[in-house]
Amino acid sequence: MQSTIDFSHFLKRSGPDRLRLDLAVDGICCAGCMAKIERNLSQIPDVTLARVNLTDRRLALEWKAGAVDPALFVVRLAELGYKAYPFEPAGAETREADLAGALLRRLGVAAFAAMNVMMLSVPVWSGSVGDMLREQRDFFHWLSALIVLPAAAYSAQPFFASAYAALLARGVNMDVPISIGIVLALAMSLFETATHAEHAYFDAAIMLIAFLLAGRYLDQNVRRRTRAFASNLAALKAETATKFITDEEIRTVPVAAIRPGDIVLLRPGERSAVDGAVLSGRSEIDQSLITGETRPTTAIAGSAVYAGTVVRSGALRVRVSAACEATLLSEISRLLENALQSRSRYLRLAERASRLYAPLVHATALLTMIGWLVAGATLHDSIVIAIAVLIITCPCALGLAIPAVQTVASGALFGSGVLLNAGEAIERIAEVDRVIFDKTGTLTLPELDVANAASIPADVFDLAGRLALSSRHPVAAAVARAAGAKAPLPGIAEVPGQGVSGVVDGVDIRLGRPSWCGADEVANQILQNDPEASVVAFRHGLMRHVFAVRQRIRPDAANTVSALQRVGLSVEMLSGDREPAVRAAAETLGIHHWRAEVTPVDKIARIDELARHGHKVLMVGDGLNDAPALAGAHASMSPVTATHLSQSVAHAVFLGERLAPVQAAIAISRQAVRLMRQNLWLAVIYNALAVPLAMAGLVTPLIAAAAMSTSSLLVMLNALRARRQRETA
Amino acid sequence: MEVLLYLVPLAIGLGALGLAAFLWSLRNGQYDDLDGAAWRAIADDEPAETSSTPAHPASAQHR
Repeated sequence: MQSTIDFSHFLKRSGPDRLRLDLAVDGICCAGCMAKIERNLSQIPDVTLARVNLTDRRLALEWKAGAVDPALFVVRLAELGYKAYPFEPAGAETREADLAGALLRRLGVAAFAAMNVMMLSVPVWSGSVGDMLREQRDFFHWLSALIVLPAAAYSAQPFFASAYAALLARGVNMDVPISIGIVLALAMSLFETATHAEHAYFDAAIMLIAFLLAGRYLDQNVRRRTRAFASNLAALKAETATKFITDEEIRTVPVAAIRPGDIVLLRPGERSAVDGAVLSGRSEIDQSLITGETRPTTAIAGSAVYAGTVVRSGALRVRVSAACEATLLSEISRLLENALQSRSRYLRLAERASRLYAPLVHATALLTMIGWLVAGATLHDSIVIAIAVLIITCPCALGLAIPAVQTVASGALFGSGVLLNAGEAIERIAEVDRVIFDKTGTLTLPELDVANAASIPADVFDLAGRLALSSRHPVAAAVARAAGAKAPLPGIAEVPGQGVSGVVDGVDIRLGRPSWCGADEVANQILQNDPEASVVAFRHGLMRHVFAVRQRIRPDAANTVSALQRVGLSVEMLSGDREPAVRAAAETLGIHHWRAEVTPVDKIARIDELARHGHKVLMVGDGLNDAPALAGAHASMSPVTATHLSQSVAHAVFLGERLAPVQAAIAISRQAVRLMRQNLWLAVIYNALAVPLAMAGLVTPLIAAAAMSTSSLLVMLNALRARRQRETA
Repeated sequence: MEVLLYLVPLAIGLGALGLAAFLWSLRNGQYDDLDGAAWRAIADDEPAETSSTPAHPASAQHR
């Protein structure tokens, strides 16, 4: 299969005769994997580079053009036990990587300048001022100016730009007092230096810039890392489509290479990756991912097919109207847009804090200056003291307080299988008081499972499983998976609409519709007891067995639901599925509030209703029909098996079969927000102590700089405590 | 005190050298994968041909 993948869309030229391919690799966990992959792939002749990026879980490959078939890499990785898929970094990801790189460069410049200036200013401040000649002191000050002015002009640009933008919009943000503080401190220092004064503030200004840039870089890093994981996930879900190159010839291509107007083939058991209209063929389509309804509908020529639906019985030729992320019902996209707009009004903790903080800082500095003028100080002295106040209140700790906690907490979340999608996710998830689950694919596993496996003899199960490998029907696939079948039986024929059959050791065997296998009676009995199940019968000579296949609830769903209820969250279930199915699941899981046959509009309406009553809702869902609700809820999570769209609007994505990450996400987020609050209080207490001293004119810039560093360190150390949640969660 | 005329430019020169080294390593993509770099340093079974790849010029062209 893999050798038919067309890679041309992903290959890049990296030299005159070199090709480059980036692969997202699943399963890399440690340095051992890294060494194994690199050693193995660089042994392929003509491969010039095989390098794993352990942070992003990616593999960069370069080879001599034409010498190697790129499919070989994927095959070789599969042999080593890793699933790999070519990917294209999303536009947003490249932009954020560039931004993080630029911030790091500015941080480097500011840090080196700060170190060198400290070397010059410590002798000036450390008591030897008296011994120093005025010329020497001036020389040191001028040298500091020479280092700091260009360094600040370069490295403080992000603050200046942001402050300028805020002022243009007639608003004030955190960067306004920062910029004023920096500019005033530098201008004043230059003036002091020129007038042979004892004090200059170059060291304080550059250190402030360095600390603030460190905070920004941490903040940016969280976003960059999650974005990288998100595009890996998108690639690893490995959507491919079978495209008609000519009327006769087909080729498997990545969905990224499919354009509207192409004609694709959808075979039984395949999940459509595109929107389009059926040209020819007839099939049953399972739309559960979109509507939540598990019963299939019929598709004939002219019917619309949506991405995410599964073709059940026959093959379809489909003309593509939209591929990749453009595929969705127009109603869903409209709802989504409305929901996303209301989301953008949310204010993050840091922004709320800085809104209060910025005017306060200005007012304090201004009042200090006026106070000293009134008290009879000279204009010069008053300004110097006001600058000291501006510097000491400059929100170093505030700038670091929240990004540092976010960085540590996102690491802890990753450890419990949760990937953050949005910067404000932690704060939003921590605030929720109500959790709404979707049923299909969220509380239940996305794949079907054999419910009565225990009642079927092992040898029969084995044989049926191997027979089932020859069919692409999802019910048969569930039997094959449950039996752990590896080797298909030889000489198996498929009877369309009925099942598969063959001859083993002279005995006729069949797997398919109960009526075709002569097992109607048993099948009806099973269906009567369990109306939600689908049945598939197996006939081996005279023997008859019926497999009941149904959706399986996630293994720890009941535990997670009761754990959530224990910590005071009310749990609710909204599903587009029919009532008996929803009722059964709700009873098993102990969920008292539930509604069945809910449309996307209803889901949004329910969330809005709860929001009006002051509830903050965490929506957990996976289908296209959940996407608007995910976007509209206060916070949202999706399993990794969800559709592209649901993942991209959810605040966080969780991995694996278990539901425990949802609970862990809430616990870690709450702990992280507690630490953020503590850090903000630390910053407030620091200011309450330092500002009066500065206002009294008792603080020299060296002490101000030292106090600033201490408060920043304190905040960083406190943030590290977010890591401890990992063991308890 | 004339010694300052030599020592101060010397110290600043060393600082500038450090900055240049930092900018060079940043441009070479050496900060792209800090998790991996931490492990590479203690990996003992790394073969010779892959241990030379970090300095490979192609890695600089990425991103």
